[in-house]
Amino acid sequence: MKKEFYNIAKLVTQNSKILDVGCGNGELMKYITENISKDIRGIELSKSNVQKCVEKGLTVIEGNAEKDLRQFPDSSFDFVILSQTLQAFLDPENVLNELLRIGKKAIVSIPNFGHWKVRLHLLLKGTMPVTKNLPNEWYNTPNLHMCTIKDFENYCKERDIKINIKNLKFHNFFSELGIFILEK
Amino acid sequence: MNKFKDIKKIIVEKPLKLDCGQTINNYPLAYETYGKLNGDRSNAIMIFHALTGDQFASGINPITKKDGWWNYALGPGKAIDTDKYFVIASNVIGGCMGSFGPSDINPDTKKPYGTNFPVITINDMVNAQYNLLDYFKIEKLFSVIGGSMGGMQVLQFVSNFPNKALTAIPIACTASHSAQNIALNELGRQSIMADRNWQDGFYEEQNKQPDKGLAVARMAAHITYLSKAGLQEKFGRKLQERDDLKFSFDADFQIESYLRYQGSVFVDRFDANSYLYITRAMDYFDLTKKFGGNLSKAFEKSDTKFFIISFTSDWLYPTSENRDIVIALNAIGKNVGFVEISSDKGHDSFLLDVPDFLNTVKYFLNTSYKQIQ
Repeated sequence: MKKEFYNIAKLVTQNSKILDVGCGNGELMKYITENISKDIRGIELSKSNVQKCVEKGLTVIEGNAEKDLRQFPDSSFDFVILSQTLQAFLDPENVLNELLRIGKKAIVSIPNFGHWKVRLHLLLKGTMPVTKNLPNEWYNTPNLHMCTIKDFENYCKERDIKINIKNLKFHNFFSELGIFILEK
Repeated sequence: MNKFKDIKKIIVEKPLKLDCGQTINNYPLAYETYGKLNGDRSNAIMIFHALTGDQFASGINPITKKDGWWNYALGPGKAIDTDKYFVIASNVIGGCMGSFGPSDINPDTKKPYGTNFPVITINDMVNAQYNLLDYFKIEKLFSVIGGSMGGMQVLQFVSNFPNKALTAIPIACTASHSAQNIALNELGRQSIMADRNWQDGFYEEQNKQPDKGLAVARMAAHITYLSKAGLQEKFGRKLQERDDLKFSFDADFQIESYLRYQGSVFVDRFDANSYLYITRAMDYFDLTKKFGGNLSKAFEKSDTKFFIISFTSDWLYPTSENRDIVIALNAIGKNVGFVEISSDKGHDSFLLDVPDFLNTVKYFLNTSYKQIQ
């Protein structure tokens, strides 16, 4: 399992009610189900990934987070997880608002466009950065709204979104990934 | 009726007040079971059949000698594994496979009820079938499962008996019958009633059968169970045992011949009045009606874990209508999963060999069953 998932799993509490938005093939959900809380479900857009979740015996709702989060009532989950998907939404601001509405806490991870490798790539090669966390070319990337850790912090500050970072060590220059616990 | 003398049935003594206002009692409810009930009676599943189904879901139907309607899904080692689960299936009231229906003899007149049979609803069907839980002394079902009209019964069951099913799998259904579906059912009913042999529903006492009307109703309905892509792929413009068009109204095309065949075999196994009554029950189905249009309220008291399944090419009970049920459940924080299965087999997908669908049912049941072990 990806190291990122262990780090996210550490942030959720025992037997809490969790929604994994864009849960992919269910790897993180399975780990959390087996080790931390059985009260977890996911939303996933891709049919093949939905089938993989089903095969793992996970509760999955096939759907599109941009449209389908609005059906959940306010504060209906203890944690809502969004792993490296925010940048791919058409309207990430709306998705973030929904995450903070339906979750008491939102755990959001973003690929950091401010990482030194990314900066170096653009500086030296003069082409759009392609790295482990950003493996696509400019013409086929699903990432519409790339940002840096600093951008994201500024965004939250402007909107009075509380960033709870006590378990996390991340830096705009040295972290490939930013993982945040957010509260409204 | 004589042909049903060897099938399993209970006589329900407890009076049932129907939605139409009439009360029935001492009525027959025909059923079949598959698998074995375990010691603590925790492995029972009730499955509900669709419009033209019956209690013979698996194996060979002893009356029609045809395969059970859910042979792909139900049986030893299959998605609904009868090596593990005890499955109860019954014939809905209003039906024609041994349960109380319009071809039964009215004790007052000594003649078949015909259209004097009371109008039945999905709610009535479910309330009648609930008696089987008492009969088998089952406190709580492990699951309730059904497709199409069977799915509507699943929804009604959970709404009526919120703590009597641990899990529920409504498949390719709706919580409220659409105008399009009412229209299509009306087409079928008018076709039956336009047949001279129908005789206002009293055809049996005159030894007549409205076969032509019923066959046309079935042909029209059968088209709605398929998809455009599926029809095109299977039949296209292929001709039926001929090299060229005959410039007549014979069945030139394979699709015509296929539909005529579907119509002709249907009349041998199904009663025209039952077709009227059951389609009416579907049209009257609107689970939101009692709750001021708010579907969530129908499930508020339930602790059932849902898994809802729809199919991409089903235009009769489209994904959007199935998703409405998901939305209603999520809105009140209930436990629900949802999958839309890719299939070009239309509404009929739930009856056919669609591996992703069958796997979904299997994995959901297996996981849920493990959790209660």
